Amino acid sequence: MNGAHDLGGCHGLGPINPEAEKHEPIFHAEWEKRALGLTLCAGFLGQWNIDISRHARERQHPVAYLSNSYYETWLAGLETLLLERGIVTAEELHSGQSNGHAPEELCERRVTPGQVPGILAKGGPADLASDSPRQFNIGDRVRVILFNPAGHTRVPRYVRGQKGIITDYHGSHVFPDESAKGNRIGQHLYNVAFAGADLWGAGNDSTIQVDLWQDYLLPLD
Amino acid sequence: MGQDHSNDNAHEPGHSHAHHHDHTEPPADPVLRVKALESLLVEKGLVDPAAIDAIVETYETKVGPRNGAKVVARAWSDPAFKKHLLEDATAAISSMGYIGRQGEHMKVVENTHERHNMVVCTLCSCYPWTVLGLPPVWYKSAPYRARAVSDPKGVLAEFGTELPKGTKIKVWDSTSEMRFLVLPLRPKGTAGWNAERLEQLVTRNSMIGVELALRPDQIPVKSGGKA
Repeated sequence: MNGAHDLGGCHGLGPINPEAEKHEPIFHAEWEKRALGLTLCAGFLGQWNIDISRHARERQHPVAYLSNSYYETWLAGLETLLLERGIVTAEELHSGQSNGHAPEELCERRVTPGQVPGILAKGGPADLASDSPRQFNIGDRVRVILFNPAGHTRVPRYVRGQKGIITDYHGSHVFPDESAKGNRIGQHLYNVAFAGADLWGAGNDSTIQVDLWQDYLLPLD
Repeated sequence: MGQDHSNDNAHEPGHSHAHHHDHTEPPADPVLRVKALESLLVEKGLVDPAAIDAIVETYETKVGPRNGAKVVARAWSDPAFKKHLLEDATAAISSMGYIGRQGEHMKVVENTHERHNMVVCTLCSCYPWTVLGLPPVWYKSAPYRARAVSDPKGVLAEFGTELPKGTKIKVWDSTSEMRFLVLPLRPKGTAGWNAERLEQLVTRNSMIGVELALRPDQIPVKSGGKA
């Protein structure tokens, strides 16, 4: 979707103002710790995947998205998913009072502190075999498809329709556009190099490397 | 993106907090909001607060940029490891015990005199947690995500980083589950240093690619120990 999250190339957002590394705390407030942990614990219930979760965050109204700190965006995404999955009701969210226990099968998935190290160490690998043959080799010239999907995609607007060169092949990974709808499909994943001058105009001599799935790419002779 | 501490863009002149939220209710204070949500999920039997504590403790004390610094220092001092790291970063990094969430698929990109690498996630905040921990606020901020891909030189200048003439910039936008770690150039004046000593030169920002590794004279002096 063409949301406020797709920030590459946007102007007018002001300076970065980075905090000095040696002075920057890991968290800036206690609530950020709870937001992180709560988001992860709710994710461990297994009711959504990372793409569904990203899509929930990027579906926020652009004003809200750009006003929120990143942990507020996580909270907003979490609330959306909990409501959409029927895990909490709007009334419960509003009042903060539970109307009763969640279904037993969901409660059984509750993660204990003892399970946390194992779950974090295991992570969630995204590699998944594909049924389709691999279409591109390193060195191939490609064009990114020009499209404007209303759903989730990992093609930033700034490379849509642009020409690039395949510079790496990462194997076959879960295809995010489908994964965000709950369909787990493997697809070949490439790294594509774009000339800065092609994307941003004359005088830009940088190279931008973007990971793109096979469905996003067209051969270019 | 608005931020929640004093050093932030929201206090820039011309930026107003008076956003229009006509489309929705004004969002509650995040402190109250997260507290309410946690107690609700605990009450429903879905979340154990001690599990949240365990997650927070992991990223406060175990998983952070010192992991990445160890990887880089070893690559600088062990050519066979460096070769492995550049060929199969996931395997090389996991051989050092750094595995798991947001580091499942790793690629290490090497800085040279001709090429400087820099990492961003323009679409969200993808970041190699296993080697760098949780991302800093600026990495997740709208201005960094907006300009890292279109004006990397300008972004580096904001970090006080100037590259030698002739060094070209390569920007890695983390659009997939691949996570990128920059292998900075080994600083001059470090011949014969072992990995442990080299590690002090490796900053988090140098592994994101917005700064260079420290020179030996920039090593912070630790109280009570030798630098």
